[in-house]
Amino acid sequence: MADQKINRREFLKLAGLGTAAAVIAAPKVGELVGPALRSALSGGAHPGDTGGGDHRWLMVIDLARCDGCGACTNACSAMHMVPPGQEWIKVYKMQHPTLESSYFFPRPCMHCDNPPCVNVCPVDATYKRSDGLVLMDQDRCIGCRICMAACPYSARYFNWAEPPHTEQELAEVYSVEMNMPHRKGVVEKCLFCPSLTSQGLLPACVSGCPMGAIFFGDENEDAVTNSYGETLRLSELLVEGAAERHLEELGTEPRVWYLPPRTMQAEAQSERISEAHPAAQG
Amino acid sequence: MTTTIASSAQKGSAGLESLDPHERLLLAPVIKWGRGTYLTIGALGAIVLVGIYAYIVQLQNGLTVTGMRDTVSWGLYITNFVFFIGISHVGALLSSILRLTGAQWRHPITRMAEAITFAALLMGALMPIIDLGRPERVLNLILHGRLQSPILWDILSITTYLVGSTIFLILPLIPDMALLRDKFTNAPFWRRWIYKVLSFGWRGTPEQHVRLERAMNTMAILILPVAIMVHTVVSWIFAMTLRPGWNSTIFGPYFVAGALASGAASVVLAMVVFRKMYHLEDFITVSHFRKMATLVLTLDLTYLYFNISEYVTLAYKMESSDKALLTDLFRGSFAGLFWLTQILGLLVPAFLLAFSMMRPIDWLKRIRLLRPLPLAAAAVVFLAASFASAFFQSMFGLDLAPLALVLRIGALILAGLFAVSLIPVLQSRPIAIFVIASSLIVIQAWVKRFIIVVPVLEHPFLPNTPLTEVLYRPTWVEWAITAGSMAGFLLIYFFISRIVPIVSVWETKHDHKVEEPVRGFGPALKQPATTSSPEV
Repeated sequence: MADQKINRREFLKLAGLGTAAAVIAAPKVGELVGPALRSALSGGAHPGDTGGGDHRWLMVIDLARCDGCGACTNACSAMHMVPPGQEWIKVYKMQHPTLESSYFFPRPCMHCDNPPCVNVCPVDATYKRSDGLVLMDQDRCIGCRICMAACPYSARYFNWAEPPHTEQELAEVYSVEMNMPHRKGVVEKCLFCPSLTSQGLLPACVSGCPMGAIFFGDENEDAVTNSYGETLRLSELLVEGAAERHLEELGTEPRVWYLPPRTMQAEAQSERISEAHPAAQG
Repeated sequence: MTTTIASSAQKGSAGLESLDPHERLLLAPVIKWGRGTYLTIGALGAIVLVGIYAYIVQLQNGLTVTGMRDTVSWGLYITNFVFFIGISHVGALLSSILRLTGAQWRHPITRMAEAITFAALLMGALMPIIDLGRPERVLNLILHGRLQSPILWDILSITTYLVGSTIFLILPLIPDMALLRDKFTNAPFWRRWIYKVLSFGWRGTPEQHVRLERAMNTMAILILPVAIMVHTVVSWIFAMTLRPGWNSTIFGPYFVAGALASGAASVVLAMVVFRKMYHLEDFITVSHFRKMATLVLTLDLTYLYFNISEYVTLAYKMESSDKALLTDLFRGSFAGLFWLTQILGLLVPAFLLAFSMMRPIDWLKRIRLLRPLPLAAAAVVFLAASFASAFFQSMFGLDLAPLALVLRIGALILAGLFAVSLIPVLQSRPIAIFVIASSLIVIQAWVKRFIIVVPVLEHPFLPNTPLTEVLYRPTWVEWAITAGSMAGFLLIYFFISRIVPIVSVWETKHDHKVEEPVRGFGPALKQPATTSSPEV
């Protein structure tokens, strides 16, 4: 019995020393092996991420100017060669449940400051960048689709099948700022066109809007611009235009602001109800 | 090698002859594999193969072969996932809670429950991986895992629970494995190896017994919070989103209650099947069923209570974001499934279990007119007459509305009397009633998971797709994989029962046959009413 006690004590001592050594050594080993493993399995950090620089991008959409033509969606789809069935900026016709009034509502990704999709992503495939953008790393995405379940704006799409390819698209080198070539089994969404804004250009949907309804700009510069070249002071526009954010009550802090449509004399409730969804009116 | 096994199997070795009758009975399914064994394994294996084939089709073409699309982006796989993880809870319930509360009657059924936990967890953990768009990147969950994500909580808790339940399955097996190691010396070599490894050098010394007991007690305490955590974080996959219908604070306990109810009901089904298949009538007695039925009834009512809490609080307010979903559930396209789960899946089993356990009401049987068949027939006749009167009304322009009303009230009263007349029938066949109630609860559990997942996804704040008739219709691939996973679960479970005794030999050895005095069961069951052993 006495022998056993000594044995146990020695065993515990050894175990303790071993644990301590492992605790000290583990980060070192991790430092050595981790990067190698990571690069071997997924190709390191988010490919093509330039960091975004000293900006805070946002969008202001004047619903009174939108006539629902869908040119923004087309411009976006052409620019990103968006797979069929997806509309990274989608124009909803919002119908009040009882009144006759209706208006059009373009919905890009809101690039929320408290993004529900980023919060739930298990692998850091979708992430928030310091310039305000919510990006999507399709080299890393495992296709679990919890971000789609979490997004209240239905702004995320999934490539259920292998998307149809063009030679031009396949020639692209994959970068998170462009998300091409498209591939099967990963999530897609609006990116706010970092590949254009980094060159001082407006995103495709903004410059493609024939009504000048979409303004885009840098919060740090306090200025937004539309396709007409109108540049407005952001802070004034938001206050004077009585700007709102969609589903503000959810606390997602979207980076897309909406100036109310003229027909929107009813309650804010109406904006939730889409004509495309008759059950929602019941 | 093969010839020696074959010949010794025919003669029976000296080891097996030294088994006492108790051991012989419990070890029989392990020692003798008849044609039925191979047929069962073959049939279940075939269904699993169909599932595997469907998964290969899915791997080749992508998730486009499923019915899921951008609006309903989760479907049967996630339903199965929540269902299996729910079923798996029963191990913790029986082995841990009943052990800690010292309920001795658990002995013959704990291993059945633990094996359910093990098999269900394996299948449950597989489901989200099958659901992945990029299964080959599953390692990213470890390489790039973000602890903020509910999916990581799931992975951590499910793997912990799997390890814990495996230990909990293996620990009480040790003495039985040693028994098989020593006696079943002519087993196929792979099974001799299993028995040797899993007996961990057991010699049955008093010290080993003390240590085993201590280890099992420790595990019983450790496994409990893990089990509760597992289903709580499974529910948080949903509750951590802002979606109307999932955005709920009670999802954790709500799911745990549902999990325990479905798990306990599945154990009742396992008890019935094994009792019949392996002739375990002496071990699994009516009294065991009665105790399990009490447990199932309690959990069924608890889950019903959570359902009421969840839906009534939402429906009373009818917030605009909840309205479309609730309308769809209460009287829309999901109303059939919804009310089936609530009434046929929870309320009816509660009544069945409660009535079948009630003290027999003798005077009921003396009323001559109170017979189920005539009453049912009369109710149907009254109902048909009320419809006929409506028909005549429109045909001949007569005002028959009062008559139709009277007929309908009559039909309702007759239906009520029919339900009362069923009570003696229910009480004369309690086990059959337990089986019906448990089956209803298990089916309810699966359907309920489905209507927790799919209708909510059909009602987002901003729908992407127009609401056509059906937004999600599972394809054959999804059904085949679902069937394959169910068959896989049964296959693992059946296989376990064929290589280890499904009723613990050493734990039941010292249990004296405790048969309670007849109470609550009709005279059809011949039980010795004289035993005065206390209820444990």
